[in-house]
Amino acid sequence: MNTEIPSHGQPIDRFAAAISGEVYESVHSSSAIKSDKRQALLAGDYPNPKHLREIAGQIKQHTLESLDKYLPQAVESLERNGVRVHFAANGEEARQIIGSLLAARGAKKVVKSKSMATEEIHLNDYLAANGVDCIETDLGEFIVQIDGDHPSHIVTPIIHKNRRQIAKSFEKHGLGAYNDDPETITRRARKFMRDKYMSADAGITGANFVVAETGRLVLVTNEGNSRFSLAAPKLHIALVGIEKLVPSDRDLSVFLNLLVRSATGQQFTAYTEFISGPHASGQPSGPEEMHVVFLDNGRSDILAGDCREILRCIRCGACLNICPVYRQASGHAYRSVYPGPIGAVLSPLLAGEKFPSLADLPKASSLCGACNDACPVNIPIPDLLLRLRDKGKREHAPLASRGVPPMGGFAGLASQPALWKGALLAGHVMNYFPVEWVPVPPLSKWTAQRTLPEFRGGEFRKWWKQRRQR
Amino acid sequence: MSSKQQILNKVRQALSDKQNRAPYPVYDTAEYVAKPRVEGGSAEQVFRRNFAAVHGIVVGDFEELKAVLAKQPLKKGCCDPALTAKLQGLHIEWESEFNRNKFDEYDIGVTFASGAVAETGSLMLKDRATADRLSALAPWVHVAVLKRSEIYLTLPEALQRLGDDPNVILVTGPSKTADVEGILIEGVHGPGVQIAWLVD
Ligand code: SF4
Repeated sequence: MNTEIPSHGQPIDRFAAAISGEVYESVHSSSAIKSDKRQALLAGDYPNPKHLREIAGQIKQHTLESLDKYLPQAVESLERNGVRVHFAANGEEARQIIGSLLAARGAKKVVKSKSMATEEIHLNDYLAANGVDCIETDLGEFIVQIDGDHPSHIVTPIIHKNRRQIAKSFEKHGLGAYNDDPETITRRARKFMRDKYMSADAGITGANFVVAETGRLVLVTNEGNSRFSLAAPKLHIALVGIEKLVPSDRDLSVFLNLLVRSATGQQFTAYTEFISGPHASGQPSGPEEMHVVFLDNGRSDILAGDCREILRCIRCGACLNICPVYRQASGHAYRSVYPGPIGAVLSPLLAGEKFPSLADLPKASSLCGACNDACPVNIPIPDLLLRLRDKGKREHAPLASRGVPPMGGFAGLASQPALWKGALLAGHVMNYFPVEWVPVPPLSKWTAQRTLPEFRGGEFRKWWKQRRQR
Repeated sequence: MSSKQQILNKVRQALSDKQNRAPYPVYDTAEYVAKPRVEGGSAEQVFRRNFAAVHGIVVGDFEELKAVLAKQPLKKGCCDPALTAKLQGLHIEWESEFNRNKFDEYDIGVTFASGAVAETGSLMLKDRATADRLSALAPWVHVAVLKRSEIYLTLPEALQRLGDDPNVILVTGPSKTADVEGILIEGVHGPGVQIAWLVD
């Protein structure tokens, strides 16, 4: 592991070079294990997983390109179910809506179930500043919260921490004497969290999917924290990106099967909840009042642009786990809520005017295509990265044009179809060829700090061709 | 203009120049059924196998239930009043309502399931049939009483049974986490022991 911090180069490379050996070890090994599990599970369960990913991508693409129909339909369905629906154009508005919903019920104690959308709008800081005690209930998110840290992965937020670091945090925060046994850590969290659930006034969640036709919110968790957040408190607020819709209930078999396998290498999560309103009459527990806040925060701009495919994302994290850059750099190097390949596309786009400050992210990729092949909704991430590099150049973003490694050679290759095809063939040879031997000086500098995944290339190109023909 | 109008307008505009919008693909949900997981027997047999694979426990009658529960230190429980009569002789002090002030005193909760998914090894709990969400969640042991006739073979079949209940949950084994170094630990916030009691 290179510990020298280079003074030049892209910010992401500087971050990558500065991470400790401990962090590198945690991130690298667990992301590799998860990738292997995902691949084995999909291959064992289905004769043609690729076809299933393509269909899933098409359903999502269809939903996005008909969002002008599905979004109003979802609102109607939710309202019919007794859910109050709100719209927030940006993070500020979303925070205010949530803040006033809590204030209206005098809610001072909140339990929150892991949600990337709430991370995106920095809800916790806002609530804390407004005197609301908001506890993260997912074990990983809870550890991030007590550490004052940030998640480094969208599914496994503490992938960068080992048990000793966690044990120290627990000790520091009065959750018992130092003990790094994972079972003890979990039991302590269980005990601590129970009082929090039972005394909470409100539960805040995100949603993995919202079904336009029926107005069902779908939430998947393993720990049971979202179930508890919706069993004890009387108010439920869900913050949901406008891209989270799927047309109908039947589509859930597509997305649940692919999401869970891709995210954690499980067949199914322990808790899969379908929520279409406040609790049933006669049910003593659960919310009496339910609100959905639809969040735009840049999404409608992305929909209008040439990278709208990224809105298909179902936040499974598979592209992070497979990515050689993510494995090397860890999540914090991306300096934004969404790390890894998904983040390299989504974060600069969501940044709006601040795009230039994250314009280096789309460059932090060898365009190996592994993310595209891993993606359950078949997002052509490498292609989107190229479009963003181009955007960076057009907008004269300094971080986009200052270059380590120079991508000139690659650009030449990529712009000449015959050369590119030759290179793809050569890609298979690369599987048996130590990349450190690549005799191009800038490239060997690049590969000295990165490992390439096994080349299984060509899929993306095939996809692109078919897409063009369609 | 309200944010709602503004956002809906922006969405409409974003798509206005889009000529050929991506169509909804033709597909069969059966393609998403994991064949190897649903083969090898009746829906009940498949459920038994897959529920066991996620560390759930299936019992086929009261005697079996008694034997499984004997392994747990159980003093107090919360039980759906419609089921208390069936649960005598277990040396458990049953309460018929979940008392929130004593939430930590219950070792076991017993409620009705509304179905099961054999393919995924999941119990289906519906809000209207569940005596109390908390009885099915807070105690260390949860027993769901499941009619054999309500075991659906595949996930797509089960999704057709969601109905108009405002809250349906598929429970696939005990609550679990792998947040600490990827090591699987069961019994995080929900039950550490998840039992399905099959009845006719
Ligand atoms: S881009 Fe695809 S692989 Fe990456 S998190 Fe989103 S859905 Fe998963």
